[in-house]
Amino acid sequence: MSRVVITMPKQARPGEIIEIKTLAAHAMETGFRRTERGELLPRDIIRRFVCSYNGVEVFRAELHPAIAANPLIAFNTVATESGTLSFQWIGDNGFAVTETAPIRVE
Amino acid sequence: MTTRRQFLLAAGGVGLSVGAAGVRAQRAPNEEALRKAAYQEALHKVVGDAQLRRGRVKLELPPLIDNGNSVPLAVAVESPMTAADYVKAIHVFTQKNPLPDVVSAYFGPRAGRARLQTRVRLADSQTVVAVAQMSDGSFWTDSTDVVVTLSACLEDGLI
Amino acid sequence: MSARSGCLVLAAAAGAVLQFTHAAEIAPAERRSGYEYMGRDTRLMQDDDATNPGMLWVLDGETLWKRKAGAAERSCQDCHGEAPASMRGVAARYPAFDAARGALVNLEQRINACRSERQKAEPFKYESRELLALTVYVGLQSRGLPIAPTIDEKTRPFLDAGDKFFHLRQGQINLSCAQCHDDNAGHRLAGTPIPQGHPTGYPLYRLEWQSVGSLQRRLRNCLFGMRAQSYEFGAPQLVELELYLMWRARDMKIETPAVRP
Repeated sequence: MSRVVITMPKQARPGEIIEIKTLAAHAMETGFRRTERGELLPRDIIRRFVCSYNGVEVFRAELHPAIAANPLIAFNTVATESGTLSFQWIGDNGFAVTETAPIRVE
Repeated sequence: MTTRRQFLLAAGGVGLSVGAAGVRAQRAPNEEALRKAAYQEALHKVVGDAQLRRGRVKLELPPLIDNGNSVPLAVAVESPMTAADYVKAIHVFTQKNPLPDVVSAYFGPRAGRARLQTRVRLADSQTVVAVAQMSDGSFWTDSTDVVVTLSACLEDGLI
Repeated sequence: MSARSGCLVLAAAAGAVLQFTHAAEIAPAERRSGYEYMGRDTRLMQDDDATNPGMLWVLDGETLWKRKAGAAERSCQDCHGEAPASMRGVAARYPAFDAARGALVNLEQRINACRSERQKAEPFKYESRELLALTVYVGLQSRGLPIAPTIDEKTRPFLDAGDKFFHLRQGQINLSCAQCHDDNAGHRLAGTPIPQGHPTGYPLYRLEWQSVGSLQRRLRNCLFGMRAQSYEFGAPQLVELELYLMWRARDMKIETPAVRP
């Protein structure tokens, strides 16, 4: 199940720097582990995380296998205007999750 | 010299998610050197021949961690984050993991603060390095040493 | 409580190589959750619902709580309403005696009993994502409440069996749970701190597992590490041990979903 948890304020003053914390359910299989029979478990990770604010990209991260399972990504953005923040996780094997959250800026 | 960790991995203990490349009877004797070289190459890919200066970057990891599978990491860069002067990217590297790259985060003036918090996997006690790429083309760096120990009882993937 | 063998005291007196010193049970005031043995950053990970990976399973649990299932086409919610109200305090008093079965059951078994009897659905496999999610969701509703399993004439025999098991020397290294978790809690085993072993936060996110897992998973792993015979999920020995551990941790606060190394 590709669950995510997004924690951010619902409201902010214009120009305020807000903090956004995200969690995504994903094993982040490194590609280095083997089964007990010695078979290599193929890499299967989230590769990219993008945050867009009313359609404009404001933050991006490229992830590698060294990112822990169920990745936490916490970052900041400036509250410029009311609208919608969109969060996208893209990974191997067609993994793609998008969630949105509204923000009121006044 | 075979360290305890190498012996356990060879014996089939896979308590770590990131270890040597699989369970083998013997690890490459120069593996550490190979990984160090991979790190140098990854660093060079980002920085090129530009000067890498210490400062402005603050990389935080706990000095002694509870488990190498999930180590909290926070990196922040001092910057006004205006259109004229901002942090373009922060890159994090390790020197002893199977792969040197950990994460690259991309910022702009809209970020407000050039800061990233996440959790990483560390295969061994080592130095973690953060490199910040500024809008004026300069590169700044910080590094932190972390001690990583194995669990006392490896569970061999037992559920 | 139980008769403690004097051999450990003798060995210590004889100045044996034995590193274990014999001590009595941990006094109630001296009990410490595994939380206190963790590094600051791991504690912060647990404290903040925004960064606690266990919350991902809680979300799944919330979804499953509302999902109609089985031939009866019923959801947990249909009978139990909103979990924060109906499930408050429930996890704190498990394992409990199930009169219909005449047996001690843990929370996972109770949930599966509802699945098969009330929802007429297939019970979830032990340690499946679904069962973990529902158990942690129910467990969350007891967060902050004191652990309080019911000990009466029905459960006393099970408590005694669990007590005996905890103090039993087992396996290739002839080690008992008590020797680490009563006698040597706070010391280190190969660099890792030995906690007292109170199940205050189960199901919990264990960094070693990179997943949420149940108390029985942890117990099975411990037995494996002790090189003693392990038991299948749901085995009476494990449920009895769960009861003993919860009784031993009585009045300590539930932390589900906890984070542990």
